[in-house]
Amino acid sequence: MKPIEITLTVNETTHTLITLPNRTLLDILREDLGLTGAKNGCESGECGACTVLMNGAAVNACLVLAGQADGCTVETIEGLSKSGQLHPIQQAFVDAGAVQCGFCIPGMVMASKALLDHNPQPQEEDIRQALAGNICRCTGYTKIIQAVQMAAEELRHD
Amino acid sequence: MTIWNHYYLPSTLDEAIELLNQTPGSARVIAGGTDLLLDLQQGRHAPVDTLVDVNQVREMLVLEMRGTHLFIGASVPLNQITTSELVLEHAQALSEASGLIGGPQVRNTGTLGGNVAHALPAADGTISIMALNAEVEIASAQGLRRQALNTLFLGPGKSALDPHGEIISGFYLPVRKANQASGFSRIMRPQGVALPVINMAAWLERDGDRIQDIRIAVGPSGPIPQRITAAEDALRGRPYNEESLSDGLKAMLNSVKFRTSPQRATAEYRQKLAGVLLREVIQKVWQRAGGPVSHVV
Repeated sequence: MKPIEITLTVNETTHTLITLPNRTLLDILREDLGLTGAKNGCESGECGACTVLMNGAAVNACLVLAGQADGCTVETIEGLSKSGQLHPIQQAFVDAGAVQCGFCIPGMVMASKALLDHNPQPQEEDIRQALAGNICRCTGYTKIIQAVQMAAEELRHD
Repeated sequence: MTIWNHYYLPSTLDEAIELLNQTPGSARVIAGGTDLLLDLQQGRHAPVDTLVDVNQVREMLVLEMRGTHLFIGASVPLNQITTSELVLEHAQALSEASGLIGGPQVRNTGTLGGNVAHALPAADGTISIMALNAEVEIASAQGLRRQALNTLFLGPGKSALDPHGEIISGFYLPVRKANQASGFSRIMRPQGVALPVINMAAWLERDGDRIQDIRIAVGPSGPIPQRITAAEDALRGRPYNEESLSDGLKAMLNSVKFRTSPQRATAEYRQKLAGVLLREVIQKVWQRAGGPVSHVV
């Protein structure tokens, strides 16, 4: 297999990598860059645990081929907290008690960020739609939706 | 993970076609990858030697008015289709269908070209543009050609495209005129990201209280995505009322042999739902067809 060279910017740091074309963005994040926040859940684009933002849009990193990420800007959960302070979305998930086992949470937070970046005043239905591609198997969705509402409020006052 | 030996990311149609023509082994076009990648990884698709990624092919990322048609490039992400004012104005059925495919993450990468090329009999995108009388644009070394969408399908998961030289580059949808409208609905299991139990799209032209003309597509209603012309014939020229709808449904159930899918629904359940959907979709489209046509360009 012929390796390919890709350049991508992850959390404001630019990386140039030689990689095999059958690897995914998730492989690169977790195995090459050591960013294990995006989780490898179903590996089939159903659970949303690997959600990251690519050029500002939420994508399942498990379904993005390495070559497709060439030239892209990627934001992962690791890029959210600044100087030891949780991002308001992360803080809201903690405050709302929206986190139980935590496996789905990085994906939930990134999908929420994609929503709030474009729609700072979402209705509950907007939040449900934005999180429709993220599955939680323990906390349940009520507190997660509350957390996004709280984060929206907080971000508007920032 | 399944291996493919070569991966290319061309930026023009000419390059993409050349790559497909030149590759000695098996080749496949990949767009969003939300179906094909999984099929390859999970062994449902034979291994391929070369993947030609069309996500960055310039001509396939265009969404614009072209004379009497709306052109939608095959690589335009579904999310962009869902949020497009032009699509909402001229192709409401597609607007609704594309907003229901997968979750937000899938819609940010999945494409209409991929939805159609996969040739599944109940693909939401395919069914919606079937009712819209879409033409598909196909690129090959001979240039571009346009043909009716229904000529593209051979069987479940089988398109008539030549994998070594043809690419779906886009779709042409007729502009919506006064008193015309379209719509799409589907019924599915509560878990959001799977094939529908049944879906339906309709386009109609209204003349006062009469259905002047109508097109209806239903999936899955056979081995390939298709329109139900018997139901269309039973409704065309008729007043919009319970008797007409009931005749339309009878014609549909006589002509379609709904089947049982092990994971999704029984044939009997699909027959019942076909009646529910027919009323829901036609009512929705009927009401829309009475409204004004705004001019978004």
